[in-house]
Amino acid sequence: MSNQALPRPRFNAPEPERGSKAALKVEARTTPLLQGKVSEIPDIVFGWTMRLCGLSVVALLGLIVYQLVVGSQLSWHAFGWKFFGQSDWNPVSDQYGALPFMYGTIVSSVLSLVIAVPLSIGVAVFITEMCPVGLRGIVSFTTELLAAIPSVVYGLWAIFVMVPILREYVQPFLAKTLGWTGLFSGPPYGIGMLAAGVILAIMIIPIISSITREVLTVVPQHQREAVLALGATRWEMIRMGVLRNARAGIVGAIILGLGRALGETMAVTMVIGNRAEIAKSLFAPGYTMASVLANEFTEATGDLYLSALIEIGLALFFVTIAVNGLARLMVWSVTRGQPARSNA
Amino acid sequence: MPDNNFNSAAGLVPEFSVPPISLRRRVTDQAMTGVAVLTVLVVLLPLFAIFAYLVYKGIGSINLAFLTQTPKPVGEPGGGMANAIVGSMVILGIASLLGVPLGIGAGIFLSEYGRNRYGDIVRFVSDVLNGVPSIVIGIVAYGLVVMRQKHFSALAGGVALAIMMIPTIARTTEQMLLLVPQAIREAAYGLGVSRWRTTLSITLRTATSGVITGVMLAFARVAGETAPLLFTAFGNQYWNWDSGQPTAALSLQIFTYAISPFDEWHRQAWAGALVLIVLIVSAVAAVRIAVKHGTLAGA
Repeated sequence: MSNQALPRPRFNAPEPERGSKAALKVEARTTPLLQGKVSEIPDIVFGWTMRLCGLSVVALLGLIVYQLVVGSQLSWHAFGWKFFGQSDWNPVSDQYGALPFMYGTIVSSVLSLVIAVPLSIGVAVFITEMCPVGLRGIVSFTTELLAAIPSVVYGLWAIFVMVPILREYVQPFLAKTLGWTGLFSGPPYGIGMLAAGVILAIMIIPIISSITREVLTVVPQHQREAVLALGATRWEMIRMGVLRNARAGIVGAIILGLGRALGETMAVTMVIGNRAEIAKSLFAPGYTMASVLANEFTEATGDLYLSALIEIGLALFFVTIAVNGLARLMVWSVTRGQPARSNA
Repeated sequence: MPDNNFNSAAGLVPEFSVPPISLRRRVTDQAMTGVAVLTVLVVLLPLFAIFAYLVYKGIGSINLAFLTQTPKPVGEPGGGMANAIVGSMVILGIASLLGVPLGIGAGIFLSEYGRNRYGDIVRFVSDVLNGVPSIVIGIVAYGLVVMRQKHFSALAGGVALAIMMIPTIARTTEQMLLLVPQAIREAAYGLGVSRWRTTLSITLRTATSGVITGVMLAFARVAGETAPLLFTAFGNQYWNWDSGQPTAALSLQIFTYAISPFDEWHRQAWAGALVLIVLIVSAVAAVRIAVKHGTLAGA
């Protein structure tokens, strides 16, 4: 297909049924409408093949659900709902509870949102409303370059560069100024919930800011002009004319970022400390649902152990599906009817 | 339209002086601009830090041995990741072979046959699939392939990555096909070209460069994935040419080395990360250049 010249539509398109009638051929070339019946079979076959491809996407989702549900049966029957309320995780005595992992996943994701949301919205606002046109492409390209770095490389950088910085400078500072809250107490290892939150924030900024940018561009220009005409400064215009109109879409972008943070595995596994405990301090090591899967899945010896891990995967799956579905609906509600975004 | 009312009202107002903007409002305006610039700098800082550190640490550790040898046992210096580089390529090759045709097919369905309720369902499902954590996809591939074969394999890794590629490719292909003007399709139909031929030779052909860009985006996204390979491809310290056996992958090797306590392995992890990024970027760039200037150029 690659070296073939640009196809020129020929007038004698489908050949098979006209093989014997050589005399008609010349005629058919010039008057396509008069040629014999065109076979519809290739069209039908092609159409249904494509429909099958489309269906395969839905089938994939079904397959994922099936695999996870079947795999987690054993654990479900053994623990039921208690699985999500127990904080005991002990492969030796075959006691499994997912609470510490759920806690770790939620805390690290929320922490990452706290850091990432203001930054991403700032970047999006800068690019759409303030940036000189020449700079716009460069800034948005470099921000999105952040999304292209593999998770494991983030983790590598976090272990050797970010964690030492946190340990030497950030954590002592936080302990001194905000230690009284109890959130920043205990020995500053560097590795722990805080490190996981920060690296997650860096990783979800591109997704939140690029979708926020998309939503902001959709806000009609006359909204901006109307607010400016009333005497508003640029910031007041952004606040009243742009951000307020784009609220639902921005919330959607944030929830999409949350979905990404909930399922992020490698970078978090490398810096969170991997200890199944619930601690109030953000300096303490933790564990997330995704990282317990990464660490223990291949080592799970017993059937119940494996099943419990798959049940964690199932829970993670449902949570991210719900979060993503909600976010998509919110973003769609704002950008619907707009021309398709070019990903190029 | 509110616009019209506003305009006519403005025309009726004779002359009025605009009251000066208060100092507080001006300062707030300037301050918020400053804050926005600051956020951009804060966000770009880690990006530059990561790249700078990667190049600084990686360049010094890449040598011929790194690119041609397999890992040495702990304690022995030297050795490389040649098997992991090849393993990654094999796994990605399998993933592309499975994922690209299905993804493009689904994209064609969405744009040419899916302008209805069924299309909306597939569209929504693929957006949702896009958000499924990669580690969960790993579990599914484990259940699908590893449990059946009874051992870890490159095939299982490829299946996991293919599942991740399909929704992305489907959606970008759809968007690219929708950009092709309807008139071109109608022109083809008017000439008596059948629908399948129009879709393949006219619509898809016109959108080739966009579709390929979408495929490359999906490729780049899964190329660095580690989580779904942990319990599918599993990793291997030696050469392996059998796609039914545990296979090394660059990203897995980086992970193993990064969390190890050995300095020599840390050094190699950096080198591996640099090679991984260079491979991804050059694969994407090569295809982009080919699309722009070469034989792949669409209409």
